[in-house]
Amino acid sequence: MRIHHHPVLRPLQRKEINFTFNGQTYKGLEGEPIAAALLANNIRTLRVHEESGTPRGIYCNIGHCYECRVTVNGIQGKRACLTPLTHHMDINSGEILSTAVRDWRKQHDHSL
Amino acid sequence: MTTHYDVLIIGAGPAGLSAAIEMKSLAPHLNIGIIDEYLLAGGRLLGQLYEESKGQWWNGFRKSEELRQQIQQLNIDLFLEVSVYDLIIKDESVTFFTERGRMTSKYALIATGASEVPTPIEGWTLPGVMSVGAAQVMTNVHRVKPGKQGVIIGVNMLSSAIAMELALAEVNVKAMALPLYSIENEQHAIPKVIFKQVMAAAHMAPSLLAKLGSKILFTDHLKDFAIQFYPKKGIKMWGIPIYMRSAIKRIEGEGKVERVIMVDITTDGKEIPSTERAIPADFVCLSGGLTPLAELVSLAGVPFYAIEALGGHVPLHNEQMETPIPQIFVAGNVTGIEGAKVAMAQGRVAAQSILLRFNQSSKKQLQQRIAQVHEERRHAAIQFHPLLEQGREELYEKWKLEQSQ
Repeated sequence: MRIHHHPVLRPLQRKEINFTFNGQTYKGLEGEPIAAALLANNIRTLRVHEESGTPRGIYCNIGHCYECRVTVNGIQGKRACLTPLTHHMDINSGEILSTAVRDWRKQHDHSL
Repeated sequence: MTTHYDVLIIGAGPAGLSAAIEMKSLAPHLNIGIIDEYLLAGGRLLGQLYEESKGQWWNGFRKSEELRQQIQQLNIDLFLEVSVYDLIIKDESVTFFTERGRMTSKYALIATGASEVPTPIEGWTLPGVMSVGAAQVMTNVHRVKPGKQGVIIGVNMLSSAIAMELALAEVNVKAMALPLYSIENEQHAIPKVIFKQVMAAAHMAPSLLAKLGSKILFTDHLKDFAIQFYPKKGIKMWGIPIYMRSAIKRIEGEGKVERVIMVDITTDGKEIPSTERAIPADFVCLSGGLTPLAELVSLAGVPFYAIEALGGHVPLHNEQMETPIPQIFVAGNVTGIEGAKVAMAQGRVAAQSILLRFNQSSKKQLQQRIAQVHEERRHAAIQFHPLLEQGREELYEKWKLEQSQ
């Protein structure tokens, strides 16, 4: 998926480094956005919708849409398209969150 | 922590960088800072790549790097990876609330650029679906292909420019087509409307859609410029078939994009029954064009006007790039959708207006910079709307009206 030869643009000079995504080790280029490193490894699903669990990937790729939120070195809600990759970075995709009130209603409100 | 500046610029794109360079070059004692949430300086300029004349490329990536080097040489503070989420204007200064704390300045230039108009379609949350600008940034800035084979939904100036760039990088784009009509995308989905826009673009040479427009003009069956004669199999540009009599109905796949469903449509954009077929794809680009990204300007209390030719709601400003709020200036695509060269010229106008506040410029210098904006506009490679000049005039009339009250 990487473009090594381009008819006009000069190649990027970047160091190859290791990072982990959901516990598995991958190679990426130092300083490139997490989203680019993952796409280069053919990984498109960056998180699941917090309620429905349906998969989500990059959408706008420039920080506006917040669709690409991942957990980076334990910090939640980092935008994969804006965050530069560093050596040994530990990245995890967002998961389904509990919806306590709605779940409680499901169990107690029999009209639903 | 509060940091005090003479001028803070929000947005390190062509407008913001050019403004900073202009100000610091002419008044080295001014304390200037630029804030941008991206990890590289250049904004939308970063991904731009097109041939201006035979063998002469407008290389936005390299241009961004040149501008960044100038910023560094001039000792201008550039804060990348810093988001700005609010501002207040108090005691004749502007305070921005940022991810690195509060930052205050006497004057502020808001050059936040544009964002893409989202165009929802069934299946658009599947991983692999992205805005066309996202594919541009992946390809031209980070040099990663958006996928092995894809489809672009939306035929407009932006998607045509990027389709050409993807073709250049040997990204396999199998089709560019309209979205099937829905309430969310009506202005992007009616063939006879889009066809008219493409034909209008043909008169804005040497822009990109113009090539498609003139190709249509020279296709024998299309001499009367009518959409009903547009070939069903599309017209190829840069090796990509561009469809206007077929539309994409939905995107499908298990957990990721696997195919798009195409149908034939009438000239009014209505689906022709029993024409569904699948095009295999692992990525899809959606394109609804660009609109000014102006939330920060609205937080400052600047009034807005909806002007279609400028790309949507734009903050009230004059040709000097002043807004009705004395501390706030604007430049670049936040004032209306145009090319990077116009944005750079606008940045220098805003710089001159701010320099005048510090008695570091003259009305004559300012007028010269304004004349250069007109010059760039006349020679623009891409004009995003045929009525752009009228749109600009319409807004300046609003300004005069507001000032006279």
